[in-house]
Amino acid sequence: MDLNRRNWFARAFAGAGALAVGACDSVTRAPTVRNGLRLGESLSMSVQRLFMNRRTLAREYSSSDIAPKFRANGSKNPLDPAYRALAANGFRDWRLQIGGLVENPYELSLEEIRAASARTQITRHDCVEGWSAIGKWTGARLGPLIDRAQLKLEARYLVFYCADNTEDNPARPLYYESIDLIDAYHEQTILAYELNDEPLPIENGAPIRLRVERQLGYKQAKYIMRIEAVESFANIRGGKGGYWEDRTGYEWYAGI
Amino acid sequence: MRTHDDIPAPGGRISVYRHAGLVRVTHWINALCVFVLILSGLNILKAHPALYWGSQSDFADPWLRVSTWLQHLPTLPTMRDLATGRNYHFFFAWVLVINGAAYLGYGIWRKHFARDLVPTRAEWGAIVEVAKEHAKFHFPHERRYNVIQQLTYLAIIFGLLPLVVLSGLAMSPAFDAIAPWVLDFFGGRQSARTVHFLCAVAIVLFIFVHVTLVIVSGFKNNIVSMITGRYVVERAPDAPVDAPKATPAEAS
Repeated sequence: MDLNRRNWFARAFAGAGALAVGACDSVTRAPTVRNGLRLGESLSMSVQRLFMNRRTLAREYSSSDIAPKFRANGSKNPLDPAYRALAANGFRDWRLQIGGLVENPYELSLEEIRAASARTQITRHDCVEGWSAIGKWTGARLGPLIDRAQLKLEARYLVFYCADNTEDNPARPLYYESIDLIDAYHEQTILAYELNDEPLPIENGAPIRLRVERQLGYKQAKYIMRIEAVESFANIRGGKGGYWEDRTGYEWYAGI
Repeated sequence: MRTHDDIPAPGGRISVYRHAGLVRVTHWINALCVFVLILSGLNILKAHPALYWGSQSDFADPWLRVSTWLQHLPTLPTMRDLATGRNYHFFFAWVLVINGAAYLGYGIWRKHFARDLVPTRAEWGAIVEVAKEHAKFHFPHERRYNVIQQLTYLAIIFGLLPLVVLSGLAMSPAFDAIAPWVLDFFGGRQSARTVHFLCAVAIVLFIFVHVTLVIVSGFKNNIVSMITGRYVVERAPDAPVDAPKATPAEAS
């Protein structure tokens, strides 16, 4: 009798577990639940920002740590004909537009970005999927470039518009991302044009990609065409501040 | 007012007040959190089902590939959904941490750890006998936790759970900027990720043993005690709590 009872308990536990998981799926679809779960993101961001000095640097590694091949993820070769024409010409005709809520919107060529105040850093790239790769990035510091445009008082975020249909799928919209001014002015936040002392390869985001070293990989927008200063990203595309944020519900704050 | 005194129970046994209210509440919140964290953690792991040691990923040569057996495990949500898995994971990680902090604070303040979980000299001395009783699936209902329970709970509370939280935090790029020494403690982010996974495996093993023992050592008594606090023991209140002395024949 005792053994039968044990068996029954075991089956009851397994059944209850399966039921609970199944029930969670319908619970997950409720907007209230989704919004409730997002409290975790707000809490993570508030607590991390509370304990993190604005100037605290992400770990920098030595050249012996650099991965033999820096993994390319997401888009690897944008399909857009205009982009392909720019690439075919070595991005000589490419211009980065900096505009939005700024006093002096302006454009920069790749040469001008290369001539701007630069930083080189060997950092770890952490993909939201779980893997990590270490690479050496050289790029123009974003802060001084933004200062040159003179942000208006109400500007709070920078939005980065990219040339790639996400994962090179023409059915998908163009990639974009956004960061706030704390990250924009961080010393390690750069528009990288070199990876491991070579011009940034197309698969890694040529001509420039963003590096925001205290956040995950999907914030490091590639193939950047335009930077816009905004007060809020609520009315841009899906309103969540980035391609993956709109599409799947990745957190806008990707510090964890 | 409800009494916490001993009350006579049927069959000459005694009902004792074993689990304080805060311990009961935090136990069940913790159980819910661990349930959600393991299932959502499996969903997150599916996004890149390979584990490495060190700072980064050597994609050609992972330490462990887990994709095959991951297919057979349930996840939360049931479909592959990294974004929702992460939403669940981080929300319930916060609940686990806040709940755990309340439990730790209470345990220190009311001396729950010192009184109930740190074995006395007599309990240490009984460790071999208690192990033998366990091996025979014989679990006398006693007022206090036996020494194997005490050591297991201490290892979970002060070893495994802090380790799983810290290794989880060490995967956060922002946390790594705040506390790079935690990263170094684990030997890099990918090591921390692997340790996080191994901790989860250890927690699952603990749950398996824990639930099995809850069932075989008096299911109703155990469950009722973790809900009402009251547990029925077989001994007289003033009898020694040590395990009975073994005869030489039993000791061989």
